[in-house]
Amino acid sequence: MNKMEKALYELSEMDDLAAQRSPVHGLCPMAKLLSTIAYIIVAVSFHKYDLSGLVPMVLWPVFLFQLSGIPVRTCFYKLRIVLPLVMAVGLFNPFFDRAAMLRIGTVAVSGGVISMLTLMLKGVLCLMASFLLMATTPIDHLCAALRKLHVPGMLVTLLLLTYRYVGVMTEELAIMTEAYHLRSPGQKGIHISAWGSFLGQLLLRSMDRAEELYSSMQLRGYHEHFHYADIKPCTVRDGIYTICCVGLFLLLRLVNVAQLLGSLFVR
Amino acid sequence: MIELKNVSFSYEKDRPVIRDLSFRIADGESVGLIGANGAGKSTVLKLILGLCSGQGQVLIDGEELTRENLYRIRGKLGFVLQNSDNQMFMPTVYEDMIFGPLNYGATREEADRRVDAVLDRLGLQDLKHRHNHRISGGEKRMAAIATILAMEPKAILMDEPSSALDPYNRRIVINTIRELPQTKLITSHDLDMILDTCERVILLDGGQIVADGPAEVILRDKALLEGHRMELPLRLAR
Ligand SMILES: Nc1ncnc2c1ncn2[C@@H]1O[C@H](COP(=O)(O)OP(=O)(O)OP(=O)(O)O)[C@@H](O)[C@H]1O
Ligand SMILES: [Mg+2]
Repeated sequence: MNKMEKALYELSEMDDLAAQRSPVHGLCPMAKLLSTIAYIIVAVSFHKYDLSGLVPMVLWPVFLFQLSGIPVRTCFYKLRIVLPLVMAVGLFNPFFDRAAMLRIGTVAVSGGVISMLTLMLKGVLCLMASFLLMATTPIDHLCAALRKLHVPGMLVTLLLLTYRYVGVMTEELAIMTEAYHLRSPGQKGIHISAWGSFLGQLLLRSMDRAEELYSSMQLRGYHEHFHYADIKPCTVRDGIYTICCVGLFLLLRLVNVAQLLGSLFVR
Repeated sequence: MIELKNVSFSYEKDRPVIRDLSFRIADGESVGLIGANGAGKSTVLKLILGLCSGQGQVLIDGEELTRENLYRIRGKLGFVLQNSDNQMFMPTVYEDMIFGPLNYGATREEADRRVDAVLDRLGLQDLKHRHNHRISGGEKRMAAIATILAMEPKAILMDEPSSALDPYNRRIVINTIRELPQTKLITSHDLDMILDTCERVILLDGGQIVADGPAEVILRDKALLEGHRMELPLRLAR
């Protein structure tokens, strides 16, 4: 397998993860979507210095990882490219905000450092939550749930087709890099002189394919709206799950559990 | 069922690909469309499906293709693309197979029933839940044919259905095509398959019809075939 084929394989692995069975996979997509949205909103709403309040929010993803049987390692492996970007967001805070906020022994920790850590943690938590949603719910079920929430059909179809298009483009890239390497033995990567035509070709080829795919859809009666998968109707169990999740998030948001626990032991 | 009247078409200006083409295919007829590479076979199929349009008329069941009736008329036609990679776009074979029936108003139960019937018939039950981009080229071709059969169209157009198939699957496809009651228009370079599946053959060269008649006659005409960059079917060459 060359690099691109590996990428392709990884992409389909997401579908495999989503097709597994577990109590989390068994929940209705709507419940998972709503609880994830609630989680992200609550996580983002924490004050920038409220690191100690935010930390207990880790509990929910950890709980889901346990329950769904999806390895935490897979999550970080798949997110290895976006994670650093998200982490980089708060990197400059320590330079702007130098006022000391608290002291650990003799070391003063500035507000900038705290807000940087808070921002990073928020990023990681949101990514983990989204990953868990994607890894436990097939994409078309997710789209069906979005449609039920009355998100415009155009947007949802766009999302779904984009998701598929990435696969098509990667496939073309795999074929092209393979063809290139077969005719340039011993060369690493693609020579810079070939980049222009390579990129142009890639675009043309994947556009051609996308067009053919689209006409194949049209020939089979696709027009305007997509027939999304029939998702299971929500049961009482799903309702209870959603309410418990949202309740838990609000609790964690309003009560600083870390401080509370600390105050029980330290007087 | 399918009728072309003086159809001409070109992709680029001043380079006509189809020139003043006319023919009629009756209900239930099976016709082989043959010709050298670049003769215009795939283009003819695209014209019939309304994927491209030029001068002249294309009639399906006596109705001319227009923007308004495109959706309805396409429900009567099933098309197996020359390249199956471009045909299968859902994650699994099963999802691809129910796509067409659902779009044409079948209920999920009905679609499921059709999928199972087609898969049983082609002996493809193992493929049902496989990932489309993890199956071999030939398996994908079989799956693509299954996708179209699940739509239960009135006429089936196939672009090179036997390419990429091993002899066993090729035989299955041939037998399946023979058993189908629908109108069939098949392009192929596999003239033995055409001989097995079609009663009539249309020979194209340079976007024009050079011969149209019973398969048994045209496919035995060595001089005619060789004059248009073709050869006798292997079976008849001996
Ligand atoms: N998208 C396109 N743009 C421009 N020219 C095209 C396009 N598609 C096909 N052609 C040209 O039209 C002519 C007929 O092509 P077509 O695909 O119909 O041939 P074919 O008979 O199906 O050949 P094959 O046996 O190789 O499949 C060829 O000369 C080809 O170069
Ligand atoms: Mg062709």
